Formats: sequence, structure tokens, C-alpha cells
Amino acid sequence: MAKYYQKEIETMPYPQLRELQNDRFMKQIKHVWEDVPYYRQKMIDHGVTLEDIKSIDDLHKLPFLTKADLREAYPYGLKGKPLSECVRIQSTSGTTGKRVVAFYTQHDVDLWEDCCARAIMAAGGTNEDVCQVAYGYGLFTGGPGLNGGSHRVGCLTLPMSSGNTDRQLQFMTDLGATILCCTPSYAAYLAETIHEKGVRDQIKLKAGIFGAEAWSEDMRHDIEDKLGIKAYDIYGLTETSGPGVAFECEEQRGMHINEDHFIAEIIDPDTGEVLPEGSKGELVFTAITKEAFPLIRYRTRDICVLSREKCSCGRTHVRMSKPMGRSDDMLIIRGVNVFPSQIETVLMQQGYSANYQIVVDRVNNTDTFEVLVEMNPDMFSDSLAKIHEREKTVVDAMRSMLGISPKVKLVAPKSIARSEGKAVRVIDKRKI
Amino acid sequence: MTIHQISVFLENRAGQLAELTNILAKENIDIRAISIAETTDYGLVRMIVDNSKKASDTLLAHGNVLSMTPVLAVEVPDRPAGLAELLKVFEEYNINIEYMYSLFTHREGLAYMVIKVADEEAVLKVAEKGLITLAGTEFLGLE
Repeated sequence: MAKYYQKEIETMPYPQLRELQNDRFMKQIKHVWEDVPYYRQKMIDHGVTLEDIKSIDDLHKLPFLTKADLREAYPYGLKGKPLSECVRIQSTSGTTGKRVVAFYTQHDVDLWEDCCARAIMAAGGTNEDVCQVAYGYGLFTGGPGLNGGSHRVGCLTLPMSSGNTDRQLQFMTDLGATILCCTPSYAAYLAETIHEKGVRDQIKLKAGIFGAEAWSEDMRHDIEDKLGIKAYDIYGLTETSGPGVAFECEEQRGMHINEDHFIAEIIDPDTGEVLPEGSKGELVFTAITKEAFPLIRYRTRDICVLSREKCSCGRTHVRMSKPMGRSDDMLIIRGVNVFPSQIETVLMQQGYSANYQIVVDRVNNTDTFEVLVEMNPDMFSDSLAKIHEREKTVVDAMRSMLGISPKVKLVAPKSIARSEGKAVRVIDKRKI
Repeated sequence: MTIHQISVFLENRAGQLAELTNILAKENIDIRAISIAETTDYGLVRMIVDNSKKASDTLLAHGNVLSMTPVLAVEVPDRPAGLAELLKVFEEYNINIEYMYSLFTHREGLAYMVIKVADEEAVLKVAEKGLITLAGTEFLGLE
């Protein structure tokens, strides 16, 4: 059984891989210098020009890109190709309401789908499989990415998108899906439902590819036991194309980063200094093949560890641990990126004071998302209907900002816990 | 003829109402009518007190969120069918009552209800015709 999608590259000896990275990096930095004025200016401000970059060893001389840059350059400032060559965008929420918009040429889409295909084949997928893609389709990268990867492997692809559990189960049983792609929390929910309905014996699943949110080993074992499958992690972010930047092999010990497309670095989030292999720090990516959205040294804010230890699967690409946390205050709730500043923006726009608290928990493997808002004279009325109406306006505004709806809970004035006078903004009770 | 109602926001959990009434008790404020509307998370306490100015100042000083709403107090015969007869009049004149609750005041076979209507003018007209009797602050002993 084939287990690699692109064997030569996936198992390429590291020196040769580094050589390939070097060639692509040199080409990419020239492309960015010439075609992305925003980054060229950043380089100049940072005191480097194209001449200073002689090889991949000079990567550390280049300035970082952050979410703030994406916001500043929104929408077209970091685009690396003319519109005539761009064929797609994908998008995710940004820090203060402005969304992150990433561009793709057809070549970018092809390479992204290759990466997803590698992940599917690493999970044992072949053209004999029926692959159920239950990630959201649309602006979210999950659905389109795995859909494309599934096509490339030659699986029969079920483009289910997220939600509608009854329909998911119907297709899963009737068409005999063997691979399930979705968020781990949705996988856990499906597993629970299958268990409750007693239809486990009608399920033919053998593997699951679950990503876009943090999940623990306990959750993995729970899903694997309930569905009788092997559950694989997959990693990516919209800024670097989407899922498939890194994926797990049968070893399930870290995710192989597709290093022929991305150079990974671990830095100290405070100083920006590059840390040696094996150090825990913030993951930074340089996309070396992306044409339309060629981000250089993009700070993911995910904290993890890289390991170049030999992997029994035969892949030579470096492995990253599951993200262990964030170096910013971003929360991932039901697979959606949420920044406290977005909640604050909505409250201010709606004319409320910014006294709020986000409470996130995981109940029955599904994230709960509550926003506590202190009642104030502007929001108050002697009519419950009016209060409720205002509450609903706030929820609607938050949904349109975030893409998911919190439960807004009105609480007494001054009741939100303050520490040294500052309100505690986030309480994350999830144990992951 | 309107009287002042104080509406206070309270979280829906044990002890909140006790705290509110205790604040008023310390200031020697008499609650003359009280009702609670609740949701799963919070409640809305509506009250008529003998000194609404003092009550609202005190509650605001304690950090409460409140509002003052003009409402009407209407006389009801304290016997079977008393309320039904009163409401029949409101029905005939097509006056919608948003909410109502009773005052503790009770005199010579008469009870009193606090009512909140959208169209106060209509109620005043009905009262002018003598079909209903409204009770004012003075009559009720309110400041």
C-alpha cells in the first residue's frame, strides 16, 4: 500500500531538502522584493536589502510579518501576483474585525492540495477510499483544502461541509465512508452520536484527519475507541494556505511540516531570536513556493517544539509538536479564531462599555462560548423585551464579526472579576 | 396621576434580592409593591417605594443599574370579579396592559394595582369618564 503521495520529496535526505529550500527561498525573496512593496519597505526599514540575502542562512536577517501587518496591508497589500493570475481567496477572522484574506494562484491551489493529499495518504488513504469532508466549505480553508487533497488522492469525495449530523451519518453509513475529515470536536460529537444511536457496526471508517483546533491525547483516544479508527492531526493556517502545512504520519508523534513549501523556525516570542532545535518557542513560517500570498517569516503565535529526529515512517521532514499554547491572546473556539479585542470592538460599536469576560469551556467535547457583559444604564430598560432585543443585537454583531455566536450573559455592574483593577478578560476552562 | 416605579437589574442567583431589600431597609425605605420578571440569567425587579428619590439615590450609590418608569395605580374592588370588571373596561377601550402587579395598600374593600400601559392618555380618558379610578402619589402616601 502506497503511503506517500510524493515519495521522492517526502523522504528526501535532509541535506538535499535544505538545498531545495535554499533554491526556492532565494527565488521567493527576489519575487517578494520585486512584487510586494509592503514587504520590501519592511526590509528597508529593517536595514536589509535583497543584496544582503545570500542564502537560506540569512533568513534570520529578515523582518517578521504579524497579524498586524496583515491588518495594515488589508486587503491587497501583501498580494504577490496581479489579479489576472489570482484565482481564489480564503479568509479567516482577524484581530479587530478586519479579516485575513489570503490569495491563491492556480499553482498555489495545486500545491496546497498536494499538501493535503500527502496528509490523506499518510493516514492510509488511497483511491479506493471514500473520504467524507465535514469541514466547513467556503471562506474557511478546511473544506476546500481537504476536498482538493481527496481529489488528488483519487478518493471518492463526499463534500458534506460542516453540520447537519443526521445527513452526515446517513452518507457515512450509506456510502461507506472510510476517512473522515473534520474538526476534532465535531469528530467527538459524531462519535458520541454514533454511539448513542448504536450504529457503530454500520460505520466503515478507518481513519480520521482532524485539525483546526487544539485537542488532547485523551480526546484522540476517546475518538479512536468510539469510532474504531486511527485519528490523525493536521495543522495549517489561512495565512500559509490552510490545512496541510503539517500532518501526522502513522507514528502519531508530531506533525511533519511540508518543508519543500515552508521553512519553519522557532523563535523566542519576546526577543524574536531564533532558538535551537528542540527549544519550545513560537513557530514562524516562510512560504517558499506560494506565489500570490508569499509571506516571509510569518509569526503564527503558536508555541511548539520542532524535532528532526528520524521518523520510522521514512519521511525526512521536520516534525512539530501539537501547539502548546499561544504567544498572543487568540482563542480557538469550535475551530474559529477569536480575539478578545474583537469582542471589545463590537461592544464599543454598540455603545457599551468594554467590561466583558469571555468564558470558554468544553462540554461533551464541544466548546461552549459565553461572553459576560456588565449591565449598564444604556443597556437597561424596565422592559425585558427591550433588554432581550438589545442583547440579540449584540449577539448578531458578534456573530457577524466572528463567524460564531457566543451566548451573551448579562451580569451585575462591577461583578466581573478584576485583578489589580484590570478586568480578567478570558477564562478558558478547557483542559486541552 | 402617574407614580414612580423603580426597576432594578439583578442577576438570577441566590442572595441578590436579599441584598437589594437590605439596602432599602437600612435607609428605612418602605416597599409598597414589588414584582420580579425573570430570565434564566437575570431578573428585573419592579418596585413602588414610599420615597422613590431616596431609594434610587441609595441604590445607585450601591452600584445598581436601575431605571425610573412612570406607571399608574388603579383601584380594584377587593371581591370576586373585581379585577375582571376592571379589565373589561380596558378591553372595551382596547388598552393593552404590558404588565401589572398589586400594591400592598388596601382600603375599605378596595385594593390597588400597578399597571403599565403603552397608551397612558387612553387610561386617563377612561378615568375622566369615571369608569375607573386612579390613585395618585398623595393618596397612596408616596413621595
